[in-house]
Amino acid sequence: MSETDEVIDRELTMSRAMVESIAHEMREDEEVFYMGEDVADYGGIFDSTQGLLDEFGRDRIMDVPISETAYLGAAVGAAQEGMRPIAELMFADFFGVAMDQIYNQLAKNTYMSGGNVNVPLVLTAAVGGTYNDAAQHSQTLYGTFAHIPGLKLVVPSTAYDAKGLMHNAIRDDDPVMYLFHKRLMGIGWMPAPSGPKTPVPETDYTIPFGSADIKREGADVTVVTLGLHVHRALAAAESLAAEGIDVEVVDLRTLVPLDTDTILESVRKTGRLVVVDEDYRSFGVTGEVIARVADRDLGALDAVERVAVPDVPIPYARPMENEVIPDADDIEARVRAVASE
Amino acid sequence: MVSQDKLCELYADMLTARYYEERLQEEYLEGKQPAFDISAGPIPGELHLAAGQEAAAVGVCHHLRADDTVTAPHRPHHVAIAKGVDLKRMSAEIFGRKTGLGKGKGGHMHLFDPDVSFACSGIIAEGCPPAAGAALAATKRNEDAVAVAFLGEGAIDQGAFLESLNFASVHDLPVVFVVEDNDWAISMPKERVTDVEDGSDRAAGFDMPGIRVDQDDAIAVYEAAGEAIGRARDRNGPTLLEVQVHRRMGHFMGDPQTYRSDADEEAALARDSIDRLEAELRDHGVDDDELDAIRDEAESRVDEAIAWAKEQPHPDPDDAYDDVFVNPPSGVTTEEPEFELAEVNADE
Repeated sequence: MSETDEVIDRELTMSRAMVESIAHEMREDEEVFYMGEDVADYGGIFDSTQGLLDEFGRDRIMDVPISETAYLGAAVGAAQEGMRPIAELMFADFFGVAMDQIYNQLAKNTYMSGGNVNVPLVLTAAVGGTYNDAAQHSQTLYGTFAHIPGLKLVVPSTAYDAKGLMHNAIRDDDPVMYLFHKRLMGIGWMPAPSGPKTPVPETDYTIPFGSADIKREGADVTVVTLGLHVHRALAAAESLAAEGIDVEVVDLRTLVPLDTDTILESVRKTGRLVVVDEDYRSFGVTGEVIARVADRDLGALDAVERVAVPDVPIPYARPMENEVIPDADDIEARVRAVASE
Repeated sequence: MVSQDKLCELYADMLTARYYEERLQEEYLEGKQPAFDISAGPIPGELHLAAGQEAAAVGVCHHLRADDTVTAPHRPHHVAIAKGVDLKRMSAEIFGRKTGLGKGKGGHMHLFDPDVSFACSGIIAEGCPPAAGAALAATKRNEDAVAVAFLGEGAIDQGAFLESLNFASVHDLPVVFVVEDNDWAISMPKERVTDVEDGSDRAAGFDMPGIRVDQDDAIAVYEAAGEAIGRARDRNGPTLLEVQVHRRMGHFMGDPQTYRSDADEEAALARDSIDRLEAELRDHGVDDDELDAIRDEAESRVDEAIAWAKEQPHPDPDDAYDDVFVNPPSGVTTEEPEFELAEVNADE
């Protein structure tokens, strides 16, 4: 069944899809505005706001001082007044300088007020490595943001998902962190793999949070992942198909809420689980996903592996960065390992 | 000239705030004597009382409307009272009851009353950016509401405060930053944490007016704040206002104050802004009967609120699971869209 009869073949990069949904919401609702560093004239270092200044002007596409505590906190304050700000943290790695506003204000004010106050803020941030930017500009920090109760956490892997998830994020009355992977955006100076550029409907549509997407169906091994590594897992799955291993790739799309049902359904089918993450190995997404499955149905797990950044900061030089950020070969190796158990 | 009626209103709120803190102190210490046990007694947690700081709160908040936003720090009761926060529900929150402002989830450092645009943060100076954001929202909506962030002098070395001054200045936001200088950052006297004696001097670095009210005097604060809030209301930008106040109690209840000399404490107790305002009212010809009537009304309002709070039900343990997010969820979809998308090459 389809909402229209036509096959949608208009392809967009992930950044264009994000910008399209932001522009749509800004046209519909005057209370939506965007603020961040270099989001106006520059259009976002990672193309997250490209073209928006021309249509909406400086009041609604607001450049701000390099002062994350001030402007993220101001976004919290404006959201508590009922506006719907989108605030951009240029790199997720910069969260440390404004951590109190994220961890103690944004995430907790709804709870501490007993639901009297809500904070409809979308906090966008670029994440991820693979381009040799070293330890302070390459992290995903998925686990860090998913850890604190009170924040919803979105990580799109394709243009189609990016648009639908952004519409939902802006309309959500709770705080949403929307983490976009730099490598997926389709930026001229940072070539994307071909996967994230997808057909995107022109209409507005919302993708619900907590609905993981099966990006590839398979019978033998379940790979659960997100962001850039959806594409690396799909590449691994293609190689493994030639060896006769049929991999199912589950794209989480949101970490909070986490769609445990879809993961579990897949694991019950395959019995073998590999969780792939571009965040640090310990105390993170891989451990959490495995624990959720184990809590709900330990018997469904015949074999488990995880693939993540070993517990070291992201190194600068190419041989070392390539070593620690999981690639398709790393995923293939772990899938083979569980498939042979 | 401040009218006599206004002076009586300021006096009433100062008495209310002072008596409130005295009553909370009594309640708080119940079950905590002779050995102080923070987990005993009817009021949970820490308690930071503001006795001696009333002049700053009433002098500022009496210029504000319900739609003007105020953020207060961990020592918020006097500001909340001056802003018109519901005293009963605030008390119930402090006693950790289900009908409190935050259903017992926030406590005394985290009071939120959206009906009068009042919010708190227990993290010092971190209420400044949200206050600037409320002012930004008013500007974007072309409303003439203003915002005020309260903080202590111990918070003015925090980045959140200094960043907010810059942010407010560069965006010409209608916000006033009010520093309550009670001379003490817990155990650290001001001269040991900063070489800038007058905190309002910091405004110069952000090209905004800085005013210091040296006397712990509600009328002087009211006049200075009128100027600052008027400037914000007229869209002429932010102001930094520092007010000398006095800390009559410890940093928190249970603070032995061994770091503080008897002379300092006695000096703080001797300079009472309430006595000062009372003398002023007598000069205006307000007699004992009228003053007593104001006091009686303030005290019965407080007693009534505290009595009401203590009768309120405790939260159910399971209530802990609610309100992490807006409940029921709103604004969001649960339906997966259905489109027929063309095949794409998913290889990396």
